[in-house]
Amino acid sequence: MNHDPGGAVSAGASAPAEPLMKLRGIDKHFGPVQALYQVNLDLPAGQVTGLCGDNGAGKSVLVRCIAGVHQADHGQIFFEGHPVHIHTTRDAASLGIETVYQDLALADNLDIVQNMFLGRERLRRGLLDEDSMERAAAETLSSLRVTTVRSIRQPVASLSGGQRQSVAVAKAVMWNSKVVLLDEPTAALGVVQTGMVLDLVRRLRDRGLAVMVISHNLNDVFAVADRIAVLHLGRMVAEGPATDFDRQSVIEYMTTGTGRLRAPVGAVAAGGSV
Amino acid sequence: MAGRETDTPIAANASEPAAAGPMVDLTAASEVTAADVPPAILAQSLGQYLRAWWQRIRGGDSGVLPVLLGIIIVAVAFQIANAKFLSPQNLVNLFEQSSIYMLLAMAEIFALVLGEIDLSVGLVMGFGAVLVSELVQPQGFNWPWWLAILATLLICSAVGAIQGSFVARLKMPSFIVTLGGLLILEGVSIIVLGGSLVGIGNSHFSNEVFVYNLFWGRFDPAVSWILLIVVGVIAAGWEWYRSARRRRSGLVAPPASLTALKIIVAAAAGILVVALCNVNRAHFGTIEGLPYIIPIVLVVLATWTMLLQRTRFGRYVYAIGGNPEAARRAGIKLPTIRTWGFVLGALTAGIAGVLFASWQVSITTNIIKDANSYVLLAVAAAVIGGTSLFGGRGKTIHGVLGGLVIGGIYNGLFLIGVTSEWIAIVVALVLLSAGTIDVLSRRGAQTRA
Repeated sequence: MNHDPGGAVSAGASAPAEPLMKLRGIDKHFGPVQALYQVNLDLPAGQVTGLCGDNGAGKSVLVRCIAGVHQADHGQIFFEGHPVHIHTTRDAASLGIETVYQDLALADNLDIVQNMFLGRERLRRGLLDEDSMERAAAETLSSLRVTTVRSIRQPVASLSGGQRQSVAVAKAVMWNSKVVLLDEPTAALGVVQTGMVLDLVRRLRDRGLAVMVISHNLNDVFAVADRIAVLHLGRMVAEGPATDFDRQSVIEYMTTGTGRLRAPVGAVAAGGSV
Repeated sequence: MAGRETDTPIAANASEPAAAGPMVDLTAASEVTAADVPPAILAQSLGQYLRAWWQRIRGGDSGVLPVLLGIIIVAVAFQIANAKFLSPQNLVNLFEQSSIYMLLAMAEIFALVLGEIDLSVGLVMGFGAVLVSELVQPQGFNWPWWLAILATLLICSAVGAIQGSFVARLKMPSFIVTLGGLLILEGVSIIVLGGSLVGIGNSHFSNEVFVYNLFWGRFDPAVSWILLIVVGVIAAGWEWYRSARRRRSGLVAPPASLTALKIIVAAAAGILVVALCNVNRAHFGTIEGLPYIIPIVLVVLATWTMLLQRTRFGRYVYAIGGNPEAARRAGIKLPTIRTWGFVLGALTAGIAGVLFASWQVSITTNIIKDANSYVLLAVAAAVIGGTSLFGGRGKTIHGVLGGLVIGGIYNGLFLIGVTSEWIAIVVALVLLSAGTIDVLSRRGAQTRA
């Protein structure tokens, strides 16, 4: 590739030496359609990476490759420095990679505790251990300061959009996860609720998780992201500390694949050629 | 009663430390305005709890309230029309008739909660009745009663497995699969009958007598009381212990007074039923005591409630009914759970079939053809009981309560001399109104969200 993301990170202010998760040369095609070309991406622990891109840029495909829904055709994924193969969502979960999808994978008719433990219920003598699950869910929620919900035994249907998104995020971090991928976490939310979810994202970062936020909304990206990566037609055209970008440069990268950083730091720019 | 814990209104004991965290409105976000906060949050006393319950009903989650109202309306209306309706003789008769509707409704609830429908339960019952009757015939198979019942239940479950596989693996609409299933079962049942009738009423053959007694047999009055006391004490003790433990450890739990109230109401209902059953209801001689059929229905109810509310399988059934995509992403094997849902529904319909054979004493081609009308009653009973037609919401107890309403309407209309075609119309109207409540409450819940 014509740029070196590793270099970009080291150019950033407080980047750790080795990112928690590294993607190198990821290719993915669906039939004749090449969705991702040689994508490189770093997800450092304790930082929020904002992934931007226009519709069809390949953001969701990239997330699904990391989450194990799709498998990359080529390329390598390094997790804590070791090459790993993520074939299924279970592989991803066992590494500590959790995904919060755009359409909120919550069951409306189940309550908060039931949703948070869905598929991983705790048992005692063969029956559901509701007491222990309720306690653990309450602890996770209060540790994330998700405290606007009235009762953790209320059905998810009765929650507001922001609360639902918070529950979905809390569900993702409950499992000692190290990487959390959020697909459009603020789409369809009001201003106040967006603020609530973004606060939650910052709290995940403060816990030392590697967080990736995929969003169309540049306000949100600039509000929380420590690093920004931009996809254009399946190629990673820019990646670097958020301070290197401004709105105008991100939009240029998103729409044309080329652009100029506000404070160019050498290798970060895609070189203006695609 | 046991297994109702998830039915408790949303409320938490805000004074408890573990629950306190999530309860308090913390963020400066103040996105929850005062009007948004129902009293449920702070419900600690019985009064507050009842108010929270009322809020929930207004919010579209009516629970068992409509069916309890329905039972009262049916009881009062028919008692006014005919003073015999609430007599012990008629009430026991009503319980016995309703038991079949209750079992079929409990069978239907598996499919309904999964978001499917099973039109074949009536004919699985008819088929099961034919099978068990044929298998105990001394001139035919002459199997012992237990083997005949076991084989019947296994074959009915296999029918459910086949139908469930079509729905779950081939992703065919359950409406079509079970419509086909019911027609095949009707044909097969009539072929097995061979144009004649098959009866289990011959008192010279112990296996026939056993099957006959399943529906018509009863406990001695003294045994009935002992049974009630033993079961009642165990159930009440367990319920009290469990809710007390949850309150102690600061989990969401109803106030002690509500638990006590529930136990008292359940005990009163149990005493009333046994007292009614122990009245001599024969015109000549003595017929008294608790019919076997009542404990049979209660055992099925307790087992399926345990399965649906307290196991992973049950949780997954609800998850699939609520949001199949969420269930899939949670790693739940949808085809397996769906298939098992149909198997358990058919098994329950098979139990109804054994009792149906016992009830009818002899099975004829006409009775088989008639069995189809029970599908409507099963769906009606489940929906009247509070189970949603749209999946994800419903409990086994709904089938029992709804079955009682359907049984009451049938019995009452018959008692006041209404002809069967009018009874069918009335039952269909009751089904439609229950469906309307379901649709409206769903809409209410959506606009609120």
